[in-house]
Amino acid sequence: MKIQEADAKSLLLAQGLPVPAWEVARNPDEVTEAAKRFFASGAVRVVIKAQVLVGGRGKAGGVKLASTPVEAREVGSRILGMDIKGITVRKVLVGAAAEIVKEYYLGAIVDRASRRIVLMASAEGGVEIEEVARQNPGAIHRASADPEMGLLAFQARGLGLAIGLRDPLLNQFVSIAQGLFATMKANDADLVEVNPLAVVAETGSDGKPRQRLVCLDAKITLDDSALARHHGLEALRDLDEEDPTDAQARKLGINFIHLDGTIGCMVNGAGLAMTTMDLVKHFGGEPANFLDVGGGARHETVCGAMELILADPKVKAILVNIFGGITRGDEVAAGLIEARAEQSRTVPMVVRIVGTNAAEAARLLEEAKFETAASLDEAAEKAVALAKGAAR
Amino acid sequence: MSILVGRDTRLVVQGITGREGEFHTRAAIAYGTKVVAGTRPGKGGQTAIDGTVPIFDTVAEAVKQAGANTSVIYIPANGAPDAVLEAVDAGIKTIVCITEGIPALDMIPVVEAVRRAGARLIGPNCPGVTSPGRAKVGIIPASIHKPGRVGVVSRSGTLTYEAVQAMTDAGLGQSSCVGIGGDPIIGTTFLDVLMLFRDDPETDAIVMIGEIGGSAEEEAAAFAAEHLKGVPMAAFIAGRTAPPGRRMGHAGAIISGGTGTAAEKIAALEAAGVRVADSPTQLPRLLLEAGYRA
Repeated sequence: MKIQEADAKSLLLAQGLPVPAWEVARNPDEVTEAAKRFFASGAVRVVIKAQVLVGGRGKAGGVKLASTPVEAREVGSRILGMDIKGITVRKVLVGAAAEIVKEYYLGAIVDRASRRIVLMASAEGGVEIEEVARQNPGAIHRASADPEMGLLAFQARGLGLAIGLRDPLLNQFVSIAQGLFATMKANDADLVEVNPLAVVAETGSDGKPRQRLVCLDAKITLDDSALARHHGLEALRDLDEEDPTDAQARKLGINFIHLDGTIGCMVNGAGLAMTTMDLVKHFGGEPANFLDVGGGARHETVCGAMELILADPKVKAILVNIFGGITRGDEVAAGLIEARAEQSRTVPMVVRIVGTNAAEAARLLEEAKFETAASLDEAAEKAVALAKGAAR
Repeated sequence: MSILVGRDTRLVVQGITGREGEFHTRAAIAYGTKVVAGTRPGKGGQTAIDGTVPIFDTVAEAVKQAGANTSVIYIPANGAPDAVLEAVDAGIKTIVCITEGIPALDMIPVVEAVRRAGARLIGPNCPGVTSPGRAKVGIIPASIHKPGRVGVVSRSGTLTYEAVQAMTDAGLGQSSCVGIGGDPIIGTTFLDVLMLFRDDPETDAIVMIGEIGGSAEEEAAAFAAEHLKGVPMAAFIAGRTAPPGRRMGHAGAIISGGTGTAAEKIAALEAAGVRVADSPTQLPRLLLEAGYRA
């Protein structure tokens, strides 16, 4: 689960990381009020950042500076309601604009190959790390955390030295790197990224100029499998940015991803569900969704899944592909018959059920006059033909 | 000799009294697998599966009293990492974890403990391992198999069944079928299984079924190019049409930052001389084209 920058920053703060103050605003009035507060506490300019769960918002014009509350209102009004990669901006983050001296990158990931948490740092901050990885992979330095002892101070120091940090920033970096690791562990995150981790120039409490490292941006992805054991985290799910069907799918306990095509798919197993989509495309169609009904799917799951598929008005045909292992084919067939009787609109359907209790399923489907297919390829081909026929 | 499981397998089922545990233990026994014990803490001394399998409180007792040498885990995600560690502690060297939904960070110290003990963990979130005609450990349906000489390794469950069924229908039997699991942190990778197949005198050809996410298929391709020259090999990669940034059911099946795409994996495999199918149904034909004769 992805969470918004403001929530990610709260999780970093909770681990004691240096994050400059911010406010979240949902309308131009709130932007103005927030900006006024930052100007009153000494800000020269404020930054207004679109809160969306997609990358590239800066390039899309979703991050802007303002020098007065009036300008902040004007900029905020423009960003709110803006469309960034298909997502409407509903809230912005407002904060004092920092005087950035230099930008770094720091991220923690679950690394599959080494099967450890790996920290990555680069002196090329502020740009997408994937871009750095492509252009200049040598600029990314890594430290692999010990499975039991975690990220050790000397490892963090090594990373800081590798990206060119010296006293006193080096010690700050060590705390921040270990804080990132702690944030990862405390929340069961898959990814914690601070980009940029910036050296900012500011006036210290003694009135003298000083430099310090701060987390100017934050991106966190949480492990869906661990959400249940962190009670506060589910509340961070941004329902505004979800497809309305996502919540329904969660309730049914099925994996559903809405896509753009015309052929609704209902499959058991993630790999087979992806393969079914791929074959629809292979035979000239476009899948309307990824849908894994899971192992042991029964009546109510099948009916609910059918509802989800039919809720998409673009769906012109449905392809059901079940390879029964734990899942019993006859139960799915019975569920389909029931779902068809209750469905809100009629869409041509092709059903393929093999594996456990397939013979019984075939009998049920034949009695109910369902269009069936024997092989995976045949099922996909038929569904594409049905969708094209329906479109004409 | 088959890999991982076979006639020498003496299985302990951790979680034998649960719904899944009991159902699949019956299927395993029906297939001829030697199930010597089950565990259910607090029910030691009782029996399961109509009085045929003794229940022990701990894996250590199952090893000591019933001679278990392999374990399969049907325990919910909150207890599964502990179940793996208990099996390791009891000296079990082959552990198959079927459980889905274990948080990735829980598995990091577990795979490390398995590695240090010199044991092998298959999974988690996997369908298990079958050596056709010999032993079945996990949830792969017995009916799809036919004994033979093709090794099958896959990250998926039902997609594996699809591929194996296609092979069996084409008359191509299997030496071992290994589902390695769809999670980001797994005990045994494609690479590990390819090494086992390379060294297995009863495996003459290999089918590999991958999917989007991570770079395990690319690592396998590099190994195949160097160490599996002359071994007929065919592959299928699921997720050509998967949108980036979305988890496609499996926790590990995600294209992130433009990496982990099906196109990259297919290109790496083809560059290594591995034939890649457009549909799992083509796998038998591709193996024959690669020179394999059953």
